[in-house]
Amino acid sequence: MHRLTGADRLVALVIIALAAIGFLILVGPVLIVLVTSFTSSRALRFPPPGLTFRWYLELFDPVRSAQIHVAALNSLLVATLTAISATALATGAALAVARTRAGWARFAEGAFLAPLVLPGIAFGLASLMFFSWLHQPPSLLLLVAGHTMIATPFALRTVGASAAGMDAALLESSAVLGASPWRTFRRVVLPLIMPGVAAGAFLSFVSSLDNVPVSLFLSSAQTDMLPIRLWGMMETALDVRVAAASGVLVTGAFVLLLVMDRAVGLTRRMSV
Amino acid sequence: MQENGVWRLALPLALAQALFFLAPLMLLVGTSFATDENLTQASLRAWRDMLGDSFNIMSLLNTLRLGALAVVATTLLAVPLALLHMAAGPRLKRIILLAAILPLLTSVVVRTFSWIVILGREGVINSALIWSGLATSPVALLQTEPGLILALTQIEMPLMLLPLIAATARIDPALLDASVSLGGSLLRTLRRVVLPLALPGLVAGATLVFASAATAFISQSVIGGGRLNYLPAQVWQQAMVVFDWPVAAAMALTLMGSVLMVAGALSLLGRGARHA
Repeated sequence: MHRLTGADRLVALVIIALAAIGFLILVGPVLIVLVTSFTSSRALRFPPPGLTFRWYLELFDPVRSAQIHVAALNSLLVATLTAISATALATGAALAVARTRAGWARFAEGAFLAPLVLPGIAFGLASLMFFSWLHQPPSLLLLVAGHTMIATPFALRTVGASAAGMDAALLESSAVLGASPWRTFRRVVLPLIMPGVAAGAFLSFVSSLDNVPVSLFLSSAQTDMLPIRLWGMMETALDVRVAAASGVLVTGAFVLLLVMDRAVGLTRRMSV
Repeated sequence: MQENGVWRLALPLALAQALFFLAPLMLLVGTSFATDENLTQASLRAWRDMLGDSFNIMSLLNTLRLGALAVVATTLLAVPLALLHMAAGPRLKRIILLAAILPLLTSVVVRTFSWIVILGREGVINSALIWSGLATSPVALLQTEPGLILALTQIEMPLMLLPLIAATARIDPALLDASVSLGGSLLRTLRRVVLPLALPGLVAGATLVFASAATAFISQSVIGGGRLNYLPAQVWQQAMVVFDWPVAAAMALTLMGSVLMVAGALSLLGRGARHA
């Protein structure tokens, strides 16, 4: 070990101080929302004057919060269907790209990832115009189609990373031993790429559940989505039920994250 | 899984993207050059309304500035966090990574809402200011640009931090030891050894943060409020309130074009810096 000079120490101190502020800014708001959701006050006062479960009770009240429940169920249904369709489409495409050496595969991969760089709000508006041009009334299926386009690149990246590490010799052995392509897929390919598929399904699900720009244009009174409903509740009268809903969403996301991290090492997968 | 037929597996996604992604975008372009949403007649009216109106141009510039400031703010805090992650042991590494991912998994709406609680008149910051005697009455933080930038710093930070961590994690610790043992100061080692190697992550992060902050409709409209004008809110207004779809399309395409241009410039910058 070498000795730190005074200047080095100062630099290290500044770095650690800024990192601490960064950490606080990342984590603090989540904790503050959790505490606020137990407030006894009608206002968003912090620190809360007292702690109760009243906003959670109100949030789960089937009559007073009926609209929120409809929106939440719509969001869960759309997110589930989006996760299925995005993962299926991405798995096929990722296998094709990973198993092909031709130049078109690199080009196709770039094109498949294009929705990532496009502002969601432009795509949301474009989808609204497209479906209205086709005279399609608002429906949850249109939302699934729109969300799938946004979610597929996430799944494509995680499945692609798994598929790239696959040993081609295993596939050839399976074929030589007489397995049909489908059997090879089920018994050899799928188990090998499963961590990537699971991570992709999870990311697609979360991306759909949180989607704002597409839902903003494609949802309607009948196909209300949770983020849009919560946005409405924040824009008009500030409703403390939003804090309770946030508490539920944060807890759900945290539990899912821990489960996925245990199962497929999600934190590792997301930083590559 | 024959090599020659495997391309067919990509067909479903290619078709789905052509139908539900490419076709809508082409219609968006078409609508911006039409008199109305039924594409009755070609016209440049929408583009004249978008580009010839000083209010809209101001909104565009505000939006781009917001994106740039978000990049600066997230860089300032994410780079030290990534450096700490690089130097940390496995336990602290894991904590930093979880802290980076947790906000990403809590919906944007929740993250935006938490900043209302922090920035509000009776919120965390005002309570602290009044309690410590630094202020006698609540300071307006909501509906101000500094408040919005502070909120976006958290909301967008994971997009900067994760690519940075991915880049710095690949740096060989032996390189740092070599630089230091050859007499390089910490600052010099960071500038000459770490920064060039972390640059691809920084560029990727800057691109993601810029694109996301500039188009963050919910955060802009809830924390920025009606007093600050940004282009995404104008797009929504024209499309869903005024129902002038050609103008909404021209605005959305202007936003898209500007974001893509900045992303392109950033990637050129990253490539140029690597060769220098």
